[in-house]
Amino acid sequence: MVSSAVPKSRGFGSETLKFECETGNYHTFCPISCVSWLYQKIEDSFFLVIGTKTCGYFLQNALGVMIFAEPRYAMAELEEADISAQLNDYKELKRLCLQIKRDRNPSVIVWIGTCTTEIIKMDLEGMAPRLESEIGIPIVVARANGLDYAFTQGEDTVLASMACRCPDIGEHGNIEEIKNNLTIEGSKINTDVLPSSAHQTCQNLDDLGPNQKIGLSTTTSISLSEPKRTQPPLVLFGSLPSTVVNVLTLELNKQGIIVDGWLPAQRYTDLPVLGENVYVCGVNPFLSRTAMTLMRRKKCKLINAPFPIGPDGTRAWIEKICSVLGVTPVGLEERETKIWQSLETYLSLVKGKSVFFMGDNLLELSLARFLTRCGMIVYECGVPYLDKRYQASEIALLEQTCLEQNVPMPRIVEKPDNYYQVQRIRELQPDLVITGMALSNPLEARGISTKWSVEFTFAQIHGFANSKDVLELVTRPLRRNMMQSTSNKTLVK
Amino acid sequence: MKLAYWMYAGPAHIGTLRVASSFKNVHAIMHAPLGDDYFNVMRSMLERERDFTPVTTSIVDRHVLARGSQEKVVENITRKDKEEVPDLILLTPTCTSSILQEDLQNFVDRAAMESKSDVLLADVNHYRVNELQAADRTLEQIVRFYIEKAKKQNTLSVTKTVKPSVNILGIFTLGFHNQHDCRELKILLNQLGILVNEVIPEGGSVVNLKNLPQAWFNIVPYREVGLMTAVYLEKEFQMPYVDTTPMGIVQTETFIRKVADILNQIEKNNVYNFDQYIDEQTAYVSQAAWFARSIDCQNLTNKKAVVFGDATHAVAMTKILVREMGIRVACAGTYCQHDADWFREQVWGFCDEVLITDDHTQVGDMIARIEPSAIFGTQMERHVGKRLDIPCGVISAPVHIQNFPLGYRPFLGYEGTNQIADLVYNSFTLGMEDHLLEIFGGHDSKEVITKSLSTDSELNWTVEASSELNKIPGFVRGKVKRNTEKFARQNNITTISIDVMYAAKESAGA
Repeated sequence: MVSSAVPKSRGFGSETLKFECETGNYHTFCPISCVSWLYQKIEDSFFLVIGTKTCGYFLQNALGVMIFAEPRYAMAELEEADISAQLNDYKELKRLCLQIKRDRNPSVIVWIGTCTTEIIKMDLEGMAPRLESEIGIPIVVARANGLDYAFTQGEDTVLASMACRCPDIGEHGNIEEIKNNLTIEGSKINTDVLPSSAHQTCQNLDDLGPNQKIGLSTTTSISLSEPKRTQPPLVLFGSLPSTVVNVLTLELNKQGIIVDGWLPAQRYTDLPVLGENVYVCGVNPFLSRTAMTLMRRKKCKLINAPFPIGPDGTRAWIEKICSVLGVTPVGLEERETKIWQSLETYLSLVKGKSVFFMGDNLLELSLARFLTRCGMIVYECGVPYLDKRYQASEIALLEQTCLEQNVPMPRIVEKPDNYYQVQRIRELQPDLVITGMALSNPLEARGISTKWSVEFTFAQIHGFANSKDVLELVTRPLRRNMMQSTSNKTLVK
Repeated sequence: MKLAYWMYAGPAHIGTLRVASSFKNVHAIMHAPLGDDYFNVMRSMLERERDFTPVTTSIVDRHVLARGSQEKVVENITRKDKEEVPDLILLTPTCTSSILQEDLQNFVDRAAMESKSDVLLADVNHYRVNELQAADRTLEQIVRFYIEKAKKQNTLSVTKTVKPSVNILGIFTLGFHNQHDCRELKILLNQLGILVNEVIPEGGSVVNLKNLPQAWFNIVPYREVGLMTAVYLEKEFQMPYVDTTPMGIVQTETFIRKVADILNQIEKNNVYNFDQYIDEQTAYVSQAAWFARSIDCQNLTNKKAVVFGDATHAVAMTKILVREMGIRVACAGTYCQHDADWFREQVWGFCDEVLITDDHTQVGDMIARIEPSAIFGTQMERHVGKRLDIPCGVISAPVHIQNFPLGYRPFLGYEGTNQIADLVYNSFTLGMEDHLLEIFGGHDSKEVITKSLSTDSELNWTVEASSELNKIPGFVRGKVKRNTEKFARQNNITTISIDVMYAAKESAGA
């Protein structure tokens, strides 16, 4: 279901997006950082990062305070004896996992493979099934290492592995029965997060057989009006805070579309049912491996849509899902217009301003598209990695947006080189640079306004209502500049 | 394998990078996978650095694994040489890349032929030393390299300065209050009539390292970093050094007396006597001695405290609490396991027990068992204190951005004694105040009936909506509730469902 390649642009000369590739000497977070949001999302999980002191120090420093709240993640710190194979990997991991089981009793342990496990070729995928059957806890292996991936792609590797653990429709026979269960459950709100019933749900799950488990456990979706099912099953993938999950689910419910599950769900035991007739759609631009796994391994049908970031993106996302599922969208245009109206105060601040994405979290294209629609001019859009097939619809929408706004297409730089980028920033003097924390302060000291890119990863930016939050972030340095410019004196040299 | 949640000292390369980036015009190149350059984030955020951190990465990726990184490393070194024209390029491996066991020394030799800058390979074993040990070693390595280079070129200046002078070794970036300590040390030395020859590595230039032997002696304010360099310089040039940390009144005095001894030994025909200076400073500049005498401090007598941190600060703090304030240190500990013997020897007789560990849970358990009135430790102990409701003063790295204050906060010298007295006193009074509050039931005995301004009489929350509301973090929940109810009233809605909540959120966003 991957939609056709980027359409030919009309009018505006023959301009299309230009793609370049640099040296890859850029700053970004290590992909193991995904544990920081995934352990919070998947409530019954435990993340074990198998790596060195370097990995541990990164998590501790980059994730700051979270470390003190008894996190459900830990390092399996490799010591010299592990590296030189004086110790037996399997026995060591078994010892640690038993300790985790005893202390935390999680429903799943996720092993995060790192650069070191890659280099010493520790066979995590081979050991996991053996250990799993021995200790009785599922073990999911994700290779979120800095040799292959950047920052948010860490989540991609985890979700791709988790997709393989989703129950199959085929295995459990009757599709209709499951669908019925889904519909009934679909009308209920997240019962599993209600404090009173949470315990009960767990107990029930343990008592029930596998068949019923699936029906019961798919409780992520909400629907208020209990719409009658007319569509094939739909599962969305991408980790979002539960409030954002609800916002997007409600949005689709309004079009009469039932969301049958999310990957990941709030609990590991609630992974959605997947199979040949299930449609899947991504909510984030960095999930290409997950998409590929869902299509190839689970035979799902991928709806390739722009991502629901900004009102334009959200509308395009819903429309694409509707069109694939054979539903005529209602009232979306008015809704988008209303949101844009509500953003008016922010838009007047950003209109005509230029922005430069140094690139570190793969959200860049979607944000660039939204900001272009807001009236900004994007000079450069750095991005660690670009899957042109998975992001096809987003790329097309970006092109279309540039044409409609009558602004030049941004230069898209894959694997950028920060040193060269700083030279270009010096030349171009953009109004705003969106960049990592390593470069923010030095750029500010040189009179360039910056916004930390990491905040876009942790803020709620999806759906109609959160468009405001994106602009709140983007305009913050601009608003600060306005406040400070009321005095004539320059305070910073 | 070790199950670890938190660590006191970072990996070796962090220490190397801290030393390298403290020097002026030295560029470090890490041989590391993508994402290992978070040192730049720490420096840029914690130190609020205005300049780009002079650290780049020669990235190890799949291609490098397949083909080896020789070309890439050499290319990156020569490229930086042209771009930044540094005096020195220091190549440093990380835990990961050191497993590759590539002959990095060979790459460095090759690159050195092509570049104008000097090129060095940081000589640290990433699985045997931690951040602090690596920093100590790297500093010595750089100093040795430039001394030997100067020897070969016959540019080494061994003539001593006319007036007494010192080198300060071991002030560097991301160090706990290092900048302030350095300023305080310079003030102290200046008042003693001693010139500061070189301060390394912070703000120093590698080109000037050949001038190190001009100083009469060296001082090493922190035990963790600089000692190896001092020992090397002593061996090579018979330069004496002072390794007493001038922290607290008594130790500052000891420090000054040691300085006097060294000066008197070097200059036989001149008598250096700083007794009067010490007396004046102790009586008038430092308030700590008087403070210890005042009745406020009397209240602290025999209160129980726990001290944990790096060796330098934990030892100094233990001695200050016991000797200068009459506080009982129930346990003193350090995470500098490599320096355990020295630590035990120093705190012997000053505390009830000694704890040497780098496992923060052990420290937490010890604190919970002892239940002290105050903790003096790192940021980790501050968090333990929060959980146990025990006040904590932060006295050592690892630290947060709040431990890089803008104001002048030295821990060393006479001004340092004032700062420490404040820190100790504030920690304890807060604890006392808390305690009294508990006994007398709080400042305000009237119960606060409701915190919300809205009444929820006519509005009905559905079960789903209230559970959704409960998911919203506590500190904004009240606001969300008020906004939603306001929205409901405006729109004549009596039952608040989830739908209404989100509609309200949207309209509030306008």
